Amino acid sequence: MKISRSPWLLHYDGSSCNGCDIEVLAATTPRFDVERFGIINTGNPKHADIFLCTGGINAQNQDVVRQIYDQMPDPKVVLACGICACDGGIFKDCYNILGGTDTVIPVDVYVPGCAVRPEALIDGVIKALAILDDKKARMKKEGYRSLTSEEYRKKRETADA
Amino acid sequence: MMNVYSIIAIAAYLICAPFAASIFSGVDRIVTARMQGRKGPGLMQAWWDLMKLFSKESTTVNDIQKVLVVAHCFFAVFSGAVFFGGGDLLLVFFSLTMAEVFLILAAYSVNAAYSEIGAQRELLQMMAYEPMILLTAVGFYMSTGSFGVAQIIKTDIPLVLKMPGFFIGFCFILIVKLRKSPFDIATSHHAHQEIIKGLTGDLSGRIYGLSELAELYEEVLMLGMIGLFFITSDPLSPVYAIIAVSAVMFVMSFTDNIFPRVKWEVLLKLAWIVTFFAGGTNLLLLTLI
Repeated sequence: MKISRSPWLLHYDGSSCNGCDIEVLAATTPRFDVERFGIINTGNPKHADIFLCTGGINAQNQDVVRQIYDQMPDPKVVLACGICACDGGIFKDCYNILGGTDTVIPVDVYVPGCAVRPEALIDGVIKALAILDDKKARMKKEGYRSLTSEEYRKKRETADA
Repeated sequence: MMNVYSIIAIAAYLICAPFAASIFSGVDRIVTARMQGRKGPGLMQAWWDLMKLFSKESTTVNDIQKVLVVAHCFFAVFSGAVFFGGGDLLLVFFSLTMAEVFLILAAYSVNAAYSEIGAQRELLQMMAYEPMILLTAVGFYMSTGSFGVAQIIKTDIPLVLKMPGFFIGFCFILIVKLRKSPFDIATSHHAHQEIIKGLTGDLSGRIYGLSELAELYEEVLMLGMIGLFFITSDPLSPVYAIIAVSAVMFVMSFTDNIFPRVKWEVLLKLAWIVTFFAGGTNLLLLTLI
């Protein structure tokens, strides 16, 4: 049984202009209808498989993003939606912006765009599903476990040093 | 009394109910999607969701939460087994209430804000539908002289003719019981609830899967209750019952799509008004005639 038949996603808006968030909601409307892939927008990290993060990371939301990520049960994937979530985008040089989603948690799929198009978003989710299936198989075979945000922080620190 | 038929019926219920409920909810979701101009998910979506949940990691807040959710699932399955085994309706309804209470306790045990609000609203929701459920059991007793499902189905005419008020009332509370309305209730199936998932908000993985499984069993039991209004000693009557159940499901989806944003205060009042007038009047007539 493939986990990709029922991916439930959690949408979190970092510090974006809300353009990407409107497009995320557009993907659930009749025109694009993500429910046909079994996707549900859960709003609850404990039920979610896919973490869809829009907007950059700033000093205030970094702990929120870490906590949401840590609360999600394995297997899980993270999607950075829109250029701000990928690397900070137009806000990159602002004094309060730390960078993209991958400054605090490991990201599996980067979906660029300003704003990200619903088609690109759905493509990104489909790509994430393959990763989700792979992670589940590795979980069963070799006891794979995602990095916690704390482990990820340490890994980044050693890589920088 | 237990006989071969009731054992076969119980076994069939235990094995087939999750599949049957998945198909029913799949059809329901597709019909709903078509009403909204969408394509909708696959037919067995509920089943895939369940399988996924059982293969995920479970994080539990405390051990008592696990025990309570397992008890919830057990009592939900038990009440269905009693019903399809031809047992006593009162036992069915009381063990179903037990199941609900265990789930509410599980939500209270985690000591989280959303779970707590969810549990409170679930209690209010029970307050809305329990009177009608009990009245329906009384209605079946008044019209057939027995609480036993095995005796009730030996009737000559469909009981819906004797108890139309109970039928309307029961269909009404079924919207609440099958978690369609109100939308701001804990486990409502609509997206964007104001209290996230409330009641089941702190369950995850296998434990959440168990509560979903219990819901599938419960759904089959509730549809069986609708069928009970149409089943007679006539061997063809199960066919009519299935048609009736499908029609009721369709009308429920339709109503839910017309009134997608009913809040719990409104529904509580409405449920009691319908219970009092539809159920009460019917009960009075059954007593007098």
